[in-house]
Amino acid sequence: MLKYVLNRLFGMVVVLFLVLTITFVIVRVAPGDPAALMLGPDATPQDAAALRIELGLDQPILVQYGKFLLSAAAGDLGQSLFFHRPVLSVLAERAEPTAFLALFSLIFSIVIAVPIGIYVAYRRGGAADQGAVSAAMLAASVPSFWTGLVLQRWLASDLGWFPASGYGGPGAGFFDRMGYLILPSIVLGIVNSALILRFTRASMLDVLGEDYIRTARSKGMSEGRVVLRHALKNAAIPIVTVVGLTFALLVSGAVVTERVFNIPGMGSLVVGAVLRRDYPIIQGTLIVVAALYILINLCTDLLYLLIDKRVRY
Amino acid sequence: MAAATFSDEPGLFRSLTARPAVLAALVVFGLILVAALLAPWISPADPARMSVRARLSPPFGGAYLLGADAFGRDVLSRLLFAGRVSLSIGLGVAVVSTALGILIGLAAGFFRRLDAPLSRLIDAMMAFPDILLAIALVAILGGSILNVILALSIVYTPRIARIVRAATLVIRELPFVEAARALGSSNLSIMAWHVLPNIVSPVTVQATFIFAYAMLAEAGLSFLGVGVDPSIPTWGTMVNEGRQYLDQALYLILFPGIAISLAVLSLQLIGDGLRDALDPRLAKDV
Repeated sequence: MLKYVLNRLFGMVVVLFLVLTITFVIVRVAPGDPAALMLGPDATPQDAAALRIELGLDQPILVQYGKFLLSAAAGDLGQSLFFHRPVLSVLAERAEPTAFLALFSLIFSIVIAVPIGIYVAYRRGGAADQGAVSAAMLAASVPSFWTGLVLQRWLASDLGWFPASGYGGPGAGFFDRMGYLILPSIVLGIVNSALILRFTRASMLDVLGEDYIRTARSKGMSEGRVVLRHALKNAAIPIVTVVGLTFALLVSGAVVTERVFNIPGMGSLVVGAVLRRDYPIIQGTLIVVAALYILINLCTDLLYLLIDKRVRY
Repeated sequence: MAAATFSDEPGLFRSLTARPAVLAALVVFGLILVAALLAPWISPADPARMSVRARLSPPFGGAYLLGADAFGRDVLSRLLFAGRVSLSIGLGVAVVSTALGILIGLAAGFFRRLDAPLSRLIDAMMAFPDILLAIALVAILGGSILNVILALSIVYTPRIARIVRAATLVIRELPFVEAARALGSSNLSIMAWHVLPNIVSPVTVQATFIFAYAMLAEAGLSFLGVGVDPSIPTWGTMVNEGRQYLDQALYLILFPGIAISLAVLSLQLIGDGLRDALDPRLAKDV
């Protein structure tokens, strides 16, 4: 077991190294001079030359790559060209709304999708089942920004149930700020529920067909106990996996949802960075998000050990 | 019931159209495709022509069937022309990522020495959320239609590569591959004649889904204003333009949103149908 964990940790380091390499390559394969690209069309050749030296672009590419890896390993992702501050501190400032948006929508989608998934798997083929499967497919096909805009107009502008957009301004208290995240979380949660519902249903269907379920029933165990005790416990592993995998979906969704509701999170930061050609911010966000994704999936794998005693690595 | 023979086996088209939902999806997607293809001939107006008098004129009853946007341009005509761009990007991404994914997946699955590095690379690529990676790539490459196709193809290539690798690993060990090798076939010809035909089904299914995801992603990029040039009408840029008038003219985002949703939904249903028809072993209740 310790060997498995160490093995996974080593694999994680390798993938992280590749993630860093890919982000380095992405910024460096840009056609033309990166410094001129970052400064935009109005820059003078002198500005570009100064920035090249500031960024270390005048050094051989392998030296640049080595320096990049070493500083990233030490937690230094460079300086933002726009904010003139370390990338990580800029990202940390914008992390709060994005983290809570992702967390609330994850909670929302689990609360909605897991019980429905269990229920419709149990009532397989019924009207509720067909309805839920169709609804999930529809939810996965409608762009989340569109759902967001329609709900924003309907529930926020027309009915006034939620604040339409923003994050409460500079003086807003914590609960005030969280209030601004309710509607965005529901919007993002809807897309996420589609995936979780399909997986919950599928893994419950697999488990409900097993022999030990028949055995439990033939012992005269109540249906509720059969489904919740035996079936759900065994269906939990695929469900936990997919919850871990939805992290990527949540981050992608958050980028778009933040723009719909004008929330000053990491998504808005990246989109702003694209328009300002602030490449270190784009690069830094990619690295941080990918690292989190890798970490979360390692955690879900280790969670198996707790959920299912049979899993032994 | 007659004994099943090869001649009794239903054709791909027949088994696809046996399910009403898949049949409906084929019809809807076919109509969207034809409408987009015929846009220059069936559009009621020039999609770029502005008219001050028609500004924000509402749908159904005004000058234009689906209304006019803030510049007085016909929404229906723009929708048809935007469909050409959105569908081309989706199709382009599906084709390019499938081709690249097959090459990488075959190499990883067939040559043991390449497997570990390529697989780790695929893992690393899949650690990036799709929109975020696409944003970064488009930011670097620039926002032309071709660059958006290239960026999204890079994003989705690992999905195909993973499937091809897994299938190749299985097929590589099958007796007919061994037989071919014993007969002196080269690696290249084994891959082309024995492995490739056996991965067509799963790859086709996945390519259909990527077509759908790519259209959603393109719409997302365009909505964020970091996709194709905003002057090119796509369903995503139409929603982005319309959001400024959300309180006065909801229809400006309603119609392009419905167009995206219908196209993506029908593609997903077709993908499900293809999976059931091409590979019954894969048919799952997911």
